[in-house]
Amino acid sequence: MMKMVLIVEQLCVAAKSGKDILKGVSFSLPDGEVRVIMGPNGSGKSTLALTLAGSPDFLVKSGRATFDGVDLLSLTPDERARRGLFLAFQKQVEIPGVPLRDMIWEAYRARWSGPSRPSMIDFRKKLSATANFLSLPEAFLERGVNEGFSGGEAKKSEILQMFMLQPKLAILDEVDSGLDVDSLKVVADAIRRFVEGGSSALIITHHFNLLNYVEPDVVYVMKGGKIVDEGDINLAKIIETEGYSRWGVE
Amino acid sequence: MEGITELKQLNEQVVMYLSREKGEPDWMLKKRLYSLSVFESKPIPTWGVDLSELKLDELAYYVKPDVEKVSSLSDLPADLKKTFEALGIPEAERNFLGGNGIMYQSEVIYERMKGGLANQGVIFMSMDEAVKKYPDIVQKYFMTRCVPPTYHKFAALNGAIWSGGTFLYVPKGVKVSMPIQVYYLVDHPSMGQFEHTIIVAEDDASVEYIEGCSAPMYVKGGLHAGVVEIFVGRNARVRATTIQNWNKNMYNLGTKRAIVEEGGKIEWVEASLGSKVTMLYPASVLAGRGARAEHFYVSMAGDGQVLEAGAKVAHAASDTSAYVLSRSISKGSGRSVYRGEVKVNSGAMGSRSSVKCDSLLISDESSTATFPTEEVYESDADVSHEATAGRIAEEQLFYLMSRGFSEEEARGLIVRGFMEPVTKKIPLEYAVEFNKIVETEVKNGVA
Repeated sequence: MMKMVLIVEQLCVAAKSGKDILKGVSFSLPDGEVRVIMGPNGSGKSTLALTLAGSPDFLVKSGRATFDGVDLLSLTPDERARRGLFLAFQKQVEIPGVPLRDMIWEAYRARWSGPSRPSMIDFRKKLSATANFLSLPEAFLERGVNEGFSGGEAKKSEILQMFMLQPKLAILDEVDSGLDVDSLKVVADAIRRFVEGGSSALIITHHFNLLNYVEPDVVYVMKGGKIVDEGDINLAKIIETEGYSRWGVE
Repeated sequence: MEGITELKQLNEQVVMYLSREKGEPDWMLKKRLYSLSVFESKPIPTWGVDLSELKLDELAYYVKPDVEKVSSLSDLPADLKKTFEALGIPEAERNFLGGNGIMYQSEVIYERMKGGLANQGVIFMSMDEAVKKYPDIVQKYFMTRCVPPTYHKFAALNGAIWSGGTFLYVPKGVKVSMPIQVYYLVDHPSMGQFEHTIIVAEDDASVEYIEGCSAPMYVKGGLHAGVVEIFVGRNARVRATTIQNWNKNMYNLGTKRAIVEEGGKIEWVEASLGSKVTMLYPASVLAGRGARAEHFYVSMAGDGQVLEAGAKVAHAASDTSAYVLSRSISKGSGRSVYRGEVKVNSGAMGSRSSVKCDSLLISDESSTATFPTEEVYESDADVSHEATAGRIAEEQLFYLMSRGFSEEEARGLIVRGFMEPVTKKIPLEYAVEFNKIVETEVKNGVA
């Protein structure tokens, strides 16, 4: 049997306002696989991503999520992160005055605590190389986290953090939105390398483009707070040309 | 000063006695007596923080330290040596200071300057000594046109009973590359520390002056009412930094004012943690064309503290500019207040002033307020004031927690970032220490 990094069972989630958003989401993600969630706006994709990362904006009403064998929903967001869950945010959250380099360094030290912790020199080398790979200049690392970042820079910054923290599972919430052709290619290459290293990814996207570079094992379609269909990459191709009309969405 | 150990009263006889014991010239005694009369004639100010609990008659106005002046830090008594080692002062002296001084109680007990600076004509000594060694220069600057005794009640108090402080003179064209630091230590249950400092940077000179201040936990009260007068010559630059961690029972009512000539620049950097009450309004008089002032202020007011500060900028010449940035944090029942004043005189064409003050509230009981005053007498002046007050956003906490930081660590990081535009102006060694203290306090304040 395949080892599952993430199992989500009948997850029902409401917003703080009380409005039900997720209405029984179930799926699982085997270790090392890439799975994609597509769906029209408002179908609950970001709510799923944020709930899995532990956002205080949402309330789990019922259902379960198991991450790497443990009950995910009982963990605080930082415990989830330290166990190897990563969320690339769709929304740009500014932490003014905290240089990106410093934030990543401190997160890196927390992630790799213990005797096997890499040195600061290793960290700096790896950070420079990754930034370079993502076409981010060194000076970018000295800027405050998301402080005045363009949309594209913010996405790259999320991918840079993912690469440095090497989570077991990365949930990528629309990391391909608002990227120009060159940036999309760079980001997609980085994601491909990341999964080639053995990690898993749950990719939320509206576009087929990204999937040209990172081939998913399974594509889910989400609508109205539920997963309503699943298939292989061809499903994504259909959505790219037809939209969600076959699932009753205009 | 053989005879005095403590002066517990303030009157003409006491002032005359102190002046005589210090062996001062007659003009200084006159200045003291005049200041005393001004002090006695002015009421305790009631327009700002409540000072009704300040018991002036319970203060020791002068406390002679129980140690002799030393010429090397290693000659200090063991307990003081330990204190200053914990503060990193010997290390700072070795690594990055051009001059280093210590004022303990009411006297300067140590000062040292790197040899090359004396050869360039730089003077760095206690004010008491400077009054006797360089009376002509000191008389020209001491409470004359910068901070006259009539400036306010506590400036007058300082004028009457001042002791200690620094005289720093940088001749024309001399650029002092390493900072000059003086540490102010109070170790007495309830005393007033009234040091008087004068910094003169002649034309084209530059210097950075750093003050560190602290008092141990057991101190029950007390007042710090120092005066700093700064004279920035043409195209000269002075940066004056204060890192203050007074005991949380003390009143900190200092006076700081600079007069900046044509093309000169004053930078005030203030990092405040301690005191029960602070009222501090560093002032910049932009007296010459193109003179500039920058005021950077960061503070954290915790339980029972009221920290009020603000910049006073006077544009008295054309093309002068000022930038003021205040970042305050309030936690527990702490209160942070910005009270500032920008004045553009008639004839000061093309003046620009920008004031930004941001407050961060960590707890529900903490509070903040902003009282800006603008007086503008030139129509082309560009004067702006922006103020914000807010709390740490939940989405910021969640973002950082999703990177593996605990909630406390996340708060600490956000607060560090909030202070960064100011803390980056203080020497790295002190900034790291300052951040650490604030981050610890913020974490405790929430838990």
